[in-house]
Amino acid sequence: MIHFILLISRQGKVRLTKWYSPYSQKERSKVIRELSGMILTRGPKLCNFVEWRGLKVVYKRYASLYFCMCINQEDNELEVLEIIHHFVEILDRYFGSVCELDLIFKFQKAYYMLDEILIAGELQESSKKTVARLVSAQDSLVDAAKEEANSLSNIIAQATK
Amino acid sequence: MALSGMRGLSVFISEIRNCQNKEQERLRVDKELGHIRNRFKNEKGLTVYDKKKYVWKMLYIFMLGYDVDFGHMEAVSLISAPKYPEKQVGYLVTSCLLNENHDFLRLAINTVRNDIIGRNETFQCLALTLVGNIGGRDFAESLAPDVQKLLISSSCRPLVKKKAALCLLRLFRKNPDVVNVDGWSDRMSQLLDERNLGVLTSSMSLFVSLVSNNHEAYWSCLPKCVKVLERLARNQDVPQEYTYYGIPSPWLQVKTMRALQYFPTIEDPNTRRALFEVLQRVLMGTDVVKNVNKNNASHAVLFEALALVMHLDAEKEMMSQCVALLGKFIAVREPNIRYLGLENMTRMLMVTDVQEIIKRHQAQIITSLKDPDISIRRRALDLLYAMCDISNAKDIVEELLQYLGTAEFTMREELALKAAILAEKFAPDLSWYVDVILQLIDKAGDFVSDDIWFRVVQFVTNNEDLQPYAALKAREYLDKPAIHETMMKVSAYLLGEYSHLLARRPGCSPKEIFSIIHEKLPTVSTPTISILLSTYAKILMHSQPPDPELQNQIWAIFSKYETSIDAEIQQRAVEYFALSKKGAALMDILAEMPKFPERESSLIKKAEDTEADTAELSAIKSRAQQQASNALVVTDQHPANEPPQVTQLGMVKIPSINNLENNHVDQEVTQTNGIMGEVEPQNGDILGDLLAIEGPPGVSGTETLTEEGALALAPVGELENAVKPVIDIAERFRDLCVKDSGVLYEDPYVQIGIKAEWRGHQGRLVLFLGNKTTSSLDSVHAVILPPSHLKLELSSVPEIIPPRAQVQCPLEVVNLCPSRDVAVLDFSYKFGTTLVDNKLRLPAVLNKFFHPVTLSAEEFFPQWRSLAAPPLKLQEVVRGVRVMSLGEMTNLLNSLKLIVSPGLDPNANNLVASTTFYSESTQSMLCLVRIETDPADRTQLRLTVASGDSTLTFELKEFIKEQLVSIPAASRPPVLQPTIQPISSSDPGALLAGLL
Repeated sequence: MIHFILLISRQGKVRLTKWYSPYSQKERSKVIRELSGMILTRGPKLCNFVEWRGLKVVYKRYASLYFCMCINQEDNELEVLEIIHHFVEILDRYFGSVCELDLIFKFQKAYYMLDEILIAGELQESSKKTVARLVSAQDSLVDAAKEEANSLSNIIAQATK
Repeated sequence: MALSGMRGLSVFISEIRNCQNKEQERLRVDKELGHIRNRFKNEKGLTVYDKKKYVWKMLYIFMLGYDVDFGHMEAVSLISAPKYPEKQVGYLVTSCLLNENHDFLRLAINTVRNDIIGRNETFQCLALTLVGNIGGRDFAESLAPDVQKLLISSSCRPLVKKKAALCLLRLFRKNPDVVNVDGWSDRMSQLLDERNLGVLTSSMSLFVSLVSNNHEAYWSCLPKCVKVLERLARNQDVPQEYTYYGIPSPWLQVKTMRALQYFPTIEDPNTRRALFEVLQRVLMGTDVVKNVNKNNASHAVLFEALALVMHLDAEKEMMSQCVALLGKFIAVREPNIRYLGLENMTRMLMVTDVQEIIKRHQAQIITSLKDPDISIRRRALDLLYAMCDISNAKDIVEELLQYLGTAEFTMREELALKAAILAEKFAPDLSWYVDVILQLIDKAGDFVSDDIWFRVVQFVTNNEDLQPYAALKAREYLDKPAIHETMMKVSAYLLGEYSHLLARRPGCSPKEIFSIIHEKLPTVSTPTISILLSTYAKILMHSQPPDPELQNQIWAIFSKYETSIDAEIQQRAVEYFALSKKGAALMDILAEMPKFPERESSLIKKAEDTEADTAELSAIKSRAQQQASNALVVTDQHPANEPPQVTQLGMVKIPSINNLENNHVDQEVTQTNGIMGEVEPQNGDILGDLLAIEGPPGVSGTETLTEEGALALAPVGELENAVKPVIDIAERFRDLCVKDSGVLYEDPYVQIGIKAEWRGHQGRLVLFLGNKTTSSLDSVHAVILPPSHLKLELSSVPEIIPPRAQVQCPLEVVNLCPSRDVAVLDFSYKFGTTLVDNKLRLPAVLNKFFHPVTLSAEEFFPQWRSLAAPPLKLQEVVRGVRVMSLGEMTNLLNSLKLIVSPGLDPNANNLVASTTFYSESTQSMLCLVRIETDPADRTQLRLTVASGDSTLTFELKEFIKEQLVSIPAASRPPVLQPTIQPISSSDPGALLAGLL
């Protein structure tokens, strides 16, 4: 089970967090501080796992961003490593070669996509196509509502002219 | 693209990004929070758009780590908005801002429930996602049935169903008591037939959670799992979008194999064969390829398959293949695979007996200990620790020591502890063990906990052969220009105790030892100074004949510290100074420390405590039991007499009768000039510490003592027995010490009575084993664990005692020599399925071999005067005496057959008693006792004992003390209330000293 996900930039800035196990805000800050210290300082050719407080953190660096997922000691590390990649590929497909800025300014989208990939810290959908389809369906629902609101306000505007 | 138009949010994010420092960022965040708070306060004019924008900002701020303690209401209220865009924001922000422990979440339950049971699929998805991510107990209570219904509904589409499966998984995982899954094996069985791989993946996760809780209920699903694996392995009916770099859903494969690991075995041969075919294909067909992701995914499956094989392959068809693969993995360049190879080797050691094959890779594993990656080094350390046994301990421990020099701080403590444990457990010889620990302290003193050096002191104390060597080593380390303080402590301790064994070597005269230790005194801390003072006192005691110059030097130091601000140091200085002026008395008091009772290593316990992985531990434990080296017990002089240990690593304290007896022998042997010293409590707290680490946490000194003091006495197995005695066994034993018949033991099923006759140094006891029940008692065993001074012959005991019957078992006793040790009867039987095992002390105690004798003044005084000095006459001031009148004391002595001769002593406050003691070695031997009481203080008295045999005098003196001193529960109380250290009634060291 994935306890939490952190996206941290090389400078230690938090870009996204998702907590499947209950951590208070104070604990969250502490976790982020500790793990940044451990992970950002690791050299490039080391393995993708660090052991931490009886748990394991699987991480991978993409450009300037570290994707970290914390799992139980007995969980399958490589499987989680590829969940990270799966997530990155979906982000990439959606944003069209994703970069850190996309995640900064459209962090909401990253959250929506994450919710289509993982629930309860478990993999929900392994088909990129399906996730893309569901996310774009959500987008069009929002767009439709917007248009509806616009046309509604047009009608009101015309009627009150 | 939706949401792209939220300009206010983008501007805010940019401004945060442009902040030069943390302070600016905080100011900007505070400003924004103030603004949002204001806007929320006055909802007028707040559009839905504004609301969304503000909760996004709140989430962003929260994500950065700032506290956001308001606005939860606004986020939650968006959930109940009628339109999708608001609802979506509300659900997402709520699930990020709150966690399951927030009471606030309860407000949303109704809305969430309405969305789940409503007809709108997209709303269902949002609601299920929220509950799946942060749902707590309240949600489980009110929503689980709805979620279950949704999951099995035939009209429910995959996009909802997979969310429902994971949502239920969370509710069940968190509150298995609330979610009712009775009869879910059929439902699960159906769900595992699912063709849609998204739904199947989620369902499989749910299934893992269900079987991990109770696999019994889901046997019917097992073949379905194997079918899933076959389908994926043959790549049948797997849509392109569900393959990942050409591999049919690796995640589903992993999950399915994980689920199978919760079943203890696979009975159906066809299912088993099908599964093993799949596993075989995975093991054989996984190649290393260039693409990282493909490689990772295929190896994720491979490692899971390995785990499944380890779990299922009782026949070891494929085990060697697995070990070969792992052996390959730990040598590859890819760090992830290397890491996992090491990790899985350690796991494999736990489940099967592959020690020998894994040993072949030892060199490679040791190389990994030098890997640049700490994660890999940790795995290598764990593996080396797990694979260590007597054959490779030397190599492995030496590698660990070498690594200690370069290891990072975070690993050193663990490393030091593990090296110490391995050295202790598997030492091929004891001097090597001492070498290792001293090196450990030398190289990583800061990381060597006190337990480690305490342990080495215990070993050296208990192994005479080792003492000169240890002292020599300690002396060598002192030559180093800079040594760690822990090394200073252990060296000073060892040299204080044993440096006299080196006296003839160059540089090892008392004077030289003293000066090299004293040189370091200015550099050490207060606790170490106390140890050094004790060392000086010991050196002084050992320098015979006294060297006036050395004496003056040491006295000067003592008198300097008499005014120390530290109470401990001051006390020691004052006491040692006073003591050292007493000449011969010093010898008595500062004699060598007696042996420690053999016990479980506290280090191992400590390691167990710190280990998180309990499974690993139990495996290590069980291996340790099989393979522990005997090196550390070979020096025990009477291994045959060792009382049977309950469990090697168990928590139960074992009465070490033998040890106790060894101590006596030892004392005799080691004491110069045959002077019977009593154990001196000056090192009380050092010794106390040593014990404290062994004792169960939180046990105070006195309690420890009761337990230890109980030694042979307690029914040791009592802790484990479900059947409790119905009488106070200790009390019965005390009674029987002065009576010759009575009940020794009784529980609801059994009664053991005893009847004894004594003649000179021989005795005949009859045990009456009575079955109180109306069914027969099986597997009755009675074994006598004799102390070495008694020859005991128990006639055969029948294995079965018929209902309501009593059998008699005569027991012949011959007393060989004087000793206070007690014989133990190990009595066990089976009632139904419960095994009851008790260890009972037998009342064949010292006073049973007394024959009363009354002496007149004419007979007494010449004897008394002829036995003038130690060791034949010993005197001691006893404190902490049970308050009793002279009459009571007279009765007590008479009951022990120490007959008081009234009026013999001119002082009415004194008692004089005499008896004849019989044993094979002493024949009949007259014993004389004088007790001088202090009418002003009934808790103290002076005891003088004299006899023609030094051992007898000592034993008798201790025996009488035990009878006089009151320590409840232990009828064999550790008597020595320290004559000098008044604080000591709670001082475990002092009490222990008395005990020994």
